[in-house]
Amino acid sequence: MPESVADFFRMGGYAFYVWTSYAIVLVVLALNFIIPALRHRRVYRALSRDAGLTDRRSDEP
Amino acid sequence: MWAFLHRFASPPHFYRLAGTIAPWLGWICLGLMTGGLYGGLVAAPPDYQQGESYRIIFVHVPSAWMSMFIYVVMAGASAIALIWRIKLAEVVAIESAPVGASFTFLALITGSLWGKPMWGTYWVWDARLTSELILLFLYFGVMGLHAAIEDQRTAGRAAGLFAIVGVVNIPIIHYSVEWWHTLHQGPTVTKLSAPSIHVSMLVPLLLMAVSFKLFYVTVLLHRARSGVLERERNAGWVRELAGRPESD
Repeated sequence: MPESVADFFRMGGYAFYVWTSYAIVLVVLALNFIIPALRHRRVYRALSRDAGLTDRRSDEP
Repeated sequence: MWAFLHRFASPPHFYRLAGTIAPWLGWICLGLMTGGLYGGLVAAPPDYQQGESYRIIFVHVPSAWMSMFIYVVMAGASAIALIWRIKLAEVVAIESAPVGASFTFLALITGSLWGKPMWGTYWVWDARLTSELILLFLYFGVMGLHAAIEDQRTAGRAAGLFAIVGVVNIPIIHYSVEWWHTLHQGPTVTKLSAPSIHVSMLVPLLLMAVSFKLFYVTVLLHRARSGVLERERNAGWVRELAGRPESD
């Protein structure tokens, strides 16, 4: 357990390396989560738009 | 079992089931990751040799494991797609690539940030590092090949074949620290004798590893849902789904 909060952030003098690593990991994981969510919305919207245009066509079973 | 697999692999069923499972896995992943981060950054004692810098291990090693695990999944799914023509396997393969590339990038960058204070250099052309860099390029190759070919069938097949050939790099990465005299240390956890790491460090490491694995599955399910919708856009069930107001 670290002695104090300041101690925790100092990481025994390795703050730059440790915190940069963790920050990059969190950013990359967040992007991996957000980008597919945005894509799903885009795909879904496009399909709904197409469905709105073609829904009443008679070739639908 | 086979009937279940077959039903699961049918696109509309997969789409619905994945939509139900993914949020649950996501929350479990978040819980385990919180525990792992606390255990790794706060609870675990400093290393007797490396001090606090070793804490990078809790993201570096799970990322490196994932980089190889995802590649094997991708190559396996590609093989299944090529042999049995299961569309869902092709989706799994191609949607895995960006996630795998992300973890490979993380393994390289966190390793580099760990190498600087411990080895005195961000990069060295050591066998482990070089083979991991090649892995990143293999992921880029799969993604690039898939994106470059217009026809979806051909694109899937070419990228799949490329992924399968590239799998030879995986044992090279794993054994690189034993086959060559490298700067990178040998295995700490995945060896036949007892792991040479204390429990207070092993537990957060495994928590992070499991949470990264769940993260991959969660993201893969999300990505595969979009992929299935795109591929099946002309199928009846997609039209029916899209005709309804946006619910999920």
